[in-house]
Amino acid sequence: MMKIKTPRNGRVRRELEKRAPKLVETGKKTLILQGTKTSGTLNGVLSEIYHLKKGGAVRFTRKNDNIRPFESGGETSLEFFSLKTDCSIFVYGSHSKKRPNNLVIGRMYDHHVYDLVEVGVENFKSIESFTYDKKMAPRVGSKPFIAFVGEGFENVDELKHLKEVLLDLLRGEVVENINLAGLDRAYVCTAISSNKVYLTHCAIRLKKSGTVVPRMELVEVGPSMDLVVRRHRLPNEGLRKEAMRTAKDQPKKKIKNVSSDAIEGTIGKIYIPDQKVGDVALPNKAKGVKRERREAKKKEANERASKKQKEESE
Amino acid sequence: MAMEMEMEMEMESQKPFHVDVGNLLAFNPFRSFPSLPASRDELVKECLQEGTKLVQAVADSLFNLPSTEDVDGPLVKLPPPTSKLPREKHLPKPKPPTKWEEFAKKKGIQNRKKDKVVWDEQTGTWKRRFGYDRVNDDKDIPIIEAKMTDEPGVDPFAKRQDDKKKRVEKQEKNRLQNLKQAAKIGALPSHVQLAATSLPITGTQAPPKKVTKDELGNVAGMAATSTASGGKFDRKLPGEKPAKKQGKHRKFLPVVEGSGIGSREKEQTESVLNKLISKHSHEILNVGKAVTMYNVKKEKKARNKRNQEGKSSSATNKLKPKKQLQKKTGKKGPVSSKKVKAK
Repeated sequence: MMKIKTPRNGRVRRELEKRAPKLVETGKKTLILQGTKTSGTLNGVLSEIYHLKKGGAVRFTRKNDNIRPFESGGETSLEFFSLKTDCSIFVYGSHSKKRPNNLVIGRMYDHHVYDLVEVGVENFKSIESFTYDKKMAPRVGSKPFIAFVGEGFENVDELKHLKEVLLDLLRGEVVENINLAGLDRAYVCTAISSNKVYLTHCAIRLKKSGTVVPRMELVEVGPSMDLVVRRHRLPNEGLRKEAMRTAKDQPKKKIKNVSSDAIEGTIGKIYIPDQKVGDVALPNKAKGVKRERREAKKKEANERASKKQKEESE
Repeated sequence: MAMEMEMEMEMESQKPFHVDVGNLLAFNPFRSFPSLPASRDELVKECLQEGTKLVQAVADSLFNLPSTEDVDGPLVKLPPPTSKLPREKHLPKPKPPTKWEEFAKKKGIQNRKKDKVVWDEQTGTWKRRFGYDRVNDDKDIPIIEAKMTDEPGVDPFAKRQDDKKKRVEKQEKNRLQNLKQAAKIGALPSHVQLAATSLPITGTQAPPKKVTKDELGNVAGMAATSTASGGKFDRKLPGEKPAKKQGKHRKFLPVVEGSGIGSREKEQTESVLNKLISKHSHEILNVGKAVTMYNVKKEKKARNKRNQEGKSSSATNKLKPKKQLQKKTGKKGPVSSKKVKAK
């Protein structure tokens, strides 16, 4: 026996619709959590990432001992949290002697782990340590410019993966229209060696230049850190193909005998089969048929007349 | 200095950055850092410089897009992003057509938009199509004409209600079937959940009954009787109350006991014997009661004799001896036994 359960509340229905899979996707929500042990710097890193992604991020502050992203059984908790909070990227911080200031950035597909990148954080400078003119501070939730510098991002596998993951993490919502006055932040990632990336967050100052395009000036405001790539796990081919599929990839089914022209627009071809002249049913009945009817009517009239005569005679 | 100049010139020639305006992304794959600058500050400065160039490149293409004036500033329509990123959820599957939709398509039935209010002939007003005070409500029908096909004992109003109920149930069943079909291919609408109300039926047709607290206690008691000690020493679950004793309560005297005033066994046997033997036989016979019974019997006898002289009906004669017999047996019980035992 099955029972149909629908939400009794409009609010719940809207929430469910927000979480349903969509054809075109907007930004992913981020889940920030920590493991058994964290260091001071790591706490700072996690809270600053949360600040940067204030609108679309969820921060868990308790320690989670049973999460080990790179082990096969240690992902169940992560998947459960992802399902409950509807987050598709997670940032997991932990600190151990072997891997100090460890940060695992991972993505989910359908609330299952898709890929992971493990980086170590070095030379972390928090927002407070930067001095700048407070008026230029970027506003929360503005869409950032993202700049990647370095051939390492093209040549080295791990850095290529990291570039993709960082792009996913740092870009905000995918929007169609953007207000040019609201652009005030930029992330700059430079590959300084084959496994190190220098990431920094800057505010943008627009300066007058001769043309329509203003001159950009970057001022470091936000956190800056060195990311050392430790491990990474790429998604398996099948999963990657499925995740990369978009609605437009499906080729439009070609309708037969329809073509479009620049001048005339849509043109269609109609094929008419050969007419069989002899077998066509004629719409107007032949004269012969009509005559038959007339004669039949005459006969009837005669018969009736004869009958009347008989009656009269009787 | 010369080296730097050379590098800069090389850079200028290899200008093309990979710019993705949809993402506000710029990538410079040609810059290499063969040797890190000595101090951190210099590194930072260099990175910022590179970053500025890239951001400038993006801004160039961005500000040249056609813009519309808005309240806060110029609004620009972004092109779709070129760098592909994996989706976070699977592509939604289109809902399969329901059985009615398939039938309608086959027959060519068009869906017609219905009005919220309908003209009601009976009252001559516009009434709702459904809900409170609706058009063809069952309770508004005053008279139902009897038809030749009607059976005599059937209530037509109740029949109408039953028919409606059946229709509604059928519709619910069809809706469930449609949703199950959609769920099978993974296209269930986001706000609907199908929940199983009971376990699937395996074996017997009857669904498992709910056991009450009393029944559980009885069953536990029955299981306890199968043990030699009657369940007295069975390990109990936390919170389980001790079993209630069933059947007669028997009290057994202790095996070894001192003689004297407190000898219970002696008392027990004495009381039993006294009841049987006639030593205190006067206590057995209730004298008052015996006297009243005798007196009553005597009065009745006298009354009956007077009636006999007056009426002399056979019915009373018939009744009399039987009554006497009954009285006699009632009295004879203890008296007869007394006589027997005394011997």
